[in-house]
Parts: sequence; C-alpha cells; structure tokens
Amino acid sequence: MFRALWFDSRVRAWWLQGLLACGAVGGIVWLVLNARENLMRRGITVGFDFMDQAARFPISESLLAYQTTDTFGHAFVVGIVNTVFISVLVIAVSTVLGFALALARRSTHPLITAIAATYVEVIRNTPLVVQLLFWYGMVTVNLPSARQAYQPLPGVFLSIRGFMFPKLAVAGNSTLFWGVVCAALLFVLAVMLAKPVIRKHWKTRLPMVSIAIAMAAVAITAVLLSGRASASWELPYLRGLNFTGGMAFTPEFSALLIGLVLYSAAFTGEIIRGGIDAVGRGQWEAGRSLGLRPWHIMRLLILPQALRIIVPPMTSQYLSIIKNTTLALAVGYPDLAFVVATTINQTGQAIEGIVVLMAVFLTISLSVSLFMNAYNRRISLVQR
Amino acid sequence: MNTLTPPAPALALPAEAVAIAPPAERSQVMSRLFGDAISALATVVTLALLVYAAKHVIDWAFIQSVWPGADGGACRAAGGACWAFLGEKMRQILFGIYPPAQQWRPAVVCVMLLALSAGSLPPRFWGRTLGVVWIVAMVGAVLLMRGGMLGLEAVPTASWGGLPVTLLLAVCALGLGFPFAIVLALGRRSELPVARMLSIALIELIRGLPLVSLLFIASILLPIMLPAGMSIDSVLRAGAALTVFSAAYLAEVIRGGLQAIPQGQGEASRALGLTWWQMTRLVVLPQAVRAVIAPLTNTAIVMIKNTSLVLIVGLFDLLSSGRVALTDPAWPTPYVETYLFIAGIYFAICFSLSRYAMWLERKYQRTAAR
Repeated sequence: MFRALWFDSRVRAWWLQGLLACGAVGGIVWLVLNARENLMRRGITVGFDFMDQAARFPISESLLAYQTTDTFGHAFVVGIVNTVFISVLVIAVSTVLGFALALARRSTHPLITAIAATYVEVIRNTPLVVQLLFWYGMVTVNLPSARQAYQPLPGVFLSIRGFMFPKLAVAGNSTLFWGVVCAALLFVLAVMLAKPVIRKHWKTRLPMVSIAIAMAAVAITAVLLSGRASASWELPYLRGLNFTGGMAFTPEFSALLIGLVLYSAAFTGEIIRGGIDAVGRGQWEAGRSLGLRPWHIMRLLILPQALRIIVPPMTSQYLSIIKNTTLALAVGYPDLAFVVATTINQTGQAIEGIVVLMAVFLTISLSVSLFMNAYNRRISLVQR
Repeated sequence: MNTLTPPAPALALPAEAVAIAPPAERSQVMSRLFGDAISALATVVTLALLVYAAKHVIDWAFIQSVWPGADGGACRAAGGACWAFLGEKMRQILFGIYPPAQQWRPAVVCVMLLALSAGSLPPRFWGRTLGVVWIVAMVGAVLLMRGGMLGLEAVPTASWGGLPVTLLLAVCALGLGFPFAIVLALGRRSELPVARMLSIALIELIRGLPLVSLLFIASILLPIMLPAGMSIDSVLRAGAALTVFSAAYLAEVIRGGLQAIPQGQGEASRALGLTWWQMTRLVVLPQAVRAVIAPLTNTAIVMIKNTSLVLIVGLFDLLSSGRVALTDPAWPTPYVETYLFIAGIYFAICFSLSRYAMWLERKYQRTAAR
C-alpha cells in the first residue's frame, strides 16, 4: 500500500504538491511570526494608524499642495502623484523622441545613422543610475548661477536653480477657463478617435478633425472675450538670487526628466524601429506605386501595421519606465519611493511602507498591462 | 579579367550587353551624403555640429585639462577636465575603503573574474569543467576578499567596495539566479497546479515590482522577519534581492525557449521510456537553453547594469565609491570625469557582451539553417 505513495505518479504528484504548499505557507507564517515578535520587542505597533499622524518631513516639490503638518497618508498621495506625473511625462516625450530616433536609424544618410547608432549603444550599455547622477552633476555644477542664467528663448532660463519657463496665468474665473480648455481638448480627441466610424456611418468626407480644432479654438476665444476670465503668459524674472514667477523645474526634476527621457528613448526607438522594419518592403513599394508621399505611406500604411508588432514590447517598456522612476531616490526627487524611504526612517513602519510601495506598483503594472492588452486587441488583425 | 570573352562561335553576345559595369560603390556614398538638397543640408548641419562638439570636447579633455600629478588647486584654476582627480582617486573608486595595503586582493579578484568571464565566452569551453571552475573561483574570490586565514588579514564586508563588489554581485545574481530560474520556468509550465500557481505568482510579483522595492525588502524588511539574533550580512542581502530579481526575468526568457520546443520531442522521449526528470534534463533543457542564449545574454547585461542600484541601500559598489570619492573637500567635484570613468567600465563590459550575444545569435542561425 505504501509503495503506491511513491510509484503511482498521480498520488505522488498530490503529496509532493501538498508538501510544496505546506512549505510555502509555513515559510510565510514563520516570517510573519518572527516579524511580529521583533516589532513587539522594538515597541512598533503594526497597522496603518500612523497614516493619520502629521508627517513632519518636507517634500521639496509636488503637484499637490503639501505642508509638513499634513498627514503621512497625504504625503503618500503626494508621492504617488509625483511618480505618475514624471512617468506620464517621460513616456510621452520618450515615445516621440524614440520615433524620431527610429527614423534617424532607418535613414539612408550615413552620418545620421552613425550618430543615432552610437547614441543607442552608449545609452543602452551604461547603467541608468550612472546617467542620472551624471545629469544631476551637469545640472547642479556645470550650469551658471541664477544671475548669469542661460536664456535660449525669451522667458526661458537655465541655471543651477533649475529650468524656468513662462506659465499661463489665468485671472478671473479660472475653473471656467480650464474646464472649457479640457472639454475642447477632449472633444478634439473624441473626434479624432471616432473619425472612421463617423465617416462610415454618415458617408461624409468633411475634414472633421480640422473642424473640431476650429470649434475648440472658437470656444476658448469666446470664453476669453466674454471677460469672465483672462489668460496671459507670466514670465519668470530674476529677483535677488533666484527667479520668481513662471513655472520652474527644479534641478532634481530636470536631471531625472533628462536622464529618464534620454535613456528610455534609446529603448523605445529600437522597439519602434523593429516594428517598422518588420513591415514588408512590398508595402512601401505598393504605396509608392499608388503615388503616395513618403510621409503618407508611413502614416497610412506602415505605422498601422507596425503598431501590431510594437505594442506588446512597448507595454513592457512603459512598465519599466514607470518602475525606473523609483531611481528618483538617487537624485532626490520626492517620488513615492522617496516618501516611503523617509517614512520608514522616521517611524520605523517598514512593513506598512513597503506594502504601500508594492501595492501601488502592482496596481500600476496590472492596469497598464490591462489597458495595453485591450488596445492590442483593438489594433490586432481581425481574421474573418 | 576585365574583359569577358564570350564563348566563341555558338552564341555571340552583343558587345554592349557585356560592357556595362555595375555602378561604383563610392558614388553611392556621395549621393547619399549630397544627393539632393535635404541630404546636403543634413550633411552640412551634422558636420558643423560634430565639428563644434569635437572642438569643445578636445578643448575640455586635452587642452585645458589638468593631468595626473597636479593637486585640487590646479583643478579649480583650470577650465578643463580634472584627470588629476581620477589619477589620485583611482584606487578609492576601484576598491572603496578596502585597506590600501591589502588592495592587491580585490585587484586579483577582479582580474580573475574578468578573465574567467572572457574565457567562458567561446561555446567550445562550455561544459561541466567550466561550472566547477566557476564555483571554485567564486569561493576563492570570497575567501580572498574576506581573509582571516593563511596569514591574510581579515577584512569585514563593511569595508569591501568598488569594482569587486559589483562583479561579485553580478556573478552571484546570474549564477545563482539561473538554476532558480530554470526551476521557476519548469514550474510555470508544469501540470501540477500548486507548482504552477506558486511559480506564476512569484514571477509576476517580482516582475511587477521595481528593483528598488526588492532591495528595500532585503535591506529593511528581511532583518525584521528573521528570528532575533540571526542576522545576514548586508552584501549578502543585496545579493539575494538581485538573485531573486534576475531569476524572475531569466525564467521568462527560459520559458520562451521551452515553448519553442516542438511537442514531438516530449512525446519521443516518453516513447523511449524516459522518466520526466530524464526527459527534462537530457532532451528538453539543453535545446531550450540553447535556443535562448542570446536573449539570456541580454538579460545578463541588464542585470550587470542593475547591480549599480545597490547604491540606494548604501552598499559600496563601483558607483557608490565613486560618489564617495567626489565628496573630498580638497578637490573640486569633477562629476563628469568620475561618472564618465565609471560609465566607461560598465560600457566596456556590457558592450562586449552585447556584441557577443549578436555573434552567438548569428552563429546559431547559421547552424540552424544548415
């Protein structure tokens, strides 16, 4: 009877799996029990009660308003918003830059391809942290002081205080103004997305996107003319040793943004190039023989087909960009990882801090892959 | 051989058909550079930018620079690169705060690991002997760094630093991560639900998290979760985090290799009466791993670059010791020179590995096509 325990493969599979499950559960329970005992000895209460206490540490910059008297919970939210902000910015800029890089690497001009190839090799074969620290050094040491700031364009300043540029200042009813701007942008976006459906349904050849943009412009102008709100460019100007007014990217943010964008662009560029290369040469030839211009061939024939190849690797690239933003710790930009590290230092609530960090990143990873999978389904080849 | 003589009487070719030579290669390059207005403009603009950049770089790096032998004051006065700083701090950047009199030990470790890595590249050296040599070398490297035996002075891991730490972490993460990755990849494709669920959960959890959070877990959470009195060295903890991280990524690459193996291979081995274990070891794994050696090398490059993240948990790898060297008040802070030097070391390793991966891929493609 006991022989069957080893020699019957089905029985053996069951008890081996039972052993594995017991081992995994037992290991986790052991770690948790140890943790409880150790924390009790150190006098740390486990739980998220500390979230309501005042954080009492400064956050140097944030999109949301933050003071040291705010709670830890609010500090975490501020960190999450900062992480999302830099991620979205890096993803957008590096995708555009990556596309330009892909075109440069595909061009027939030997100098341009050589420069693009060198750039990709250098960036991809050195660690991101080294690059971030390099840019941080460049921004904080090699730029001039605020009084001698570079001024590449009127109202734009580059100095060790960071990167200053004009801000759109809205006076009067600012909620109305921004509401109308957002609605107008969403309208244009909706028309762009729905264009094929509208064309098919109403059998119209009107230039819908141009009309939508014109309508949006009319709406925004109407708000400005109505006198309820007024918008003007607020220029930064030198006062004492620093700039006031306008928008400012701090040196930390600038270094992180430059470093991440340049690093990610090399990867997105290679993915886009791979996608474009994978579309057969016959497609280009067919487009040319139809008399299309090169840019139209790219936009109407090549890119839609290349997207099918580009989207899956691009998903993991975007996810790794989001994960890479945690390297903000190296340059001191207050993203979520920074807030978590500071909280753990101050309160000793290590488990809670790391749980928040893990939960946020797992949520982001999961939702990005769900979104990109849905997008992938939409653009993939429908076989009938 | 310039003129082709047509075969004499039977079929006389018209002279013109033979006389046309293919266009010369050189003119093609010229037409690409200056063929039309846009190309010509691009050429002129990029050349101008290159000349401008080259002038500044040469000025900074060679003409206005301070060469080794000078001191911090000379660097402050000069407008160019401060190579004197690198000359002075080279040993600190490469070996951290390891006792200077003993620094031949980390130097030997670095040379040994790099030489062994280079020696492991040609496929004809792969085999059981190489594995044994690696294990012996790793144990020897750690013992040599630690000392405390054979008359060597004991050096605690807290004073280890620089390049040997980077190399040891990278080799450990990859070497220990690889067997672990094979187990995870087999588990993910296993028919046993518990093994499959555990593997999927572990792989997806680790791939969904940034490496920074794993390093936090290893450096902050792990000491809390171990029984009182039991403590693990900080280098070892960071090594464990890197190992788990690389295992999850390597596992996904190996899974790709496993999926590429035709069903018939498994069926054939079962027909031969092999057990599951024999089939996996003798038939499946050798083919699966061979199919993904190039992507595995690319993952290895990513992991070598990732070792620099241990700076965030306060370990003294190559990058951290460079950063510490920069804090010396006797010198100005030559960020650019120091980080260029460190980036250069990483680049040399990673770039040669990436070329190696490309070479291997081409080689296997040729073998497969034959």
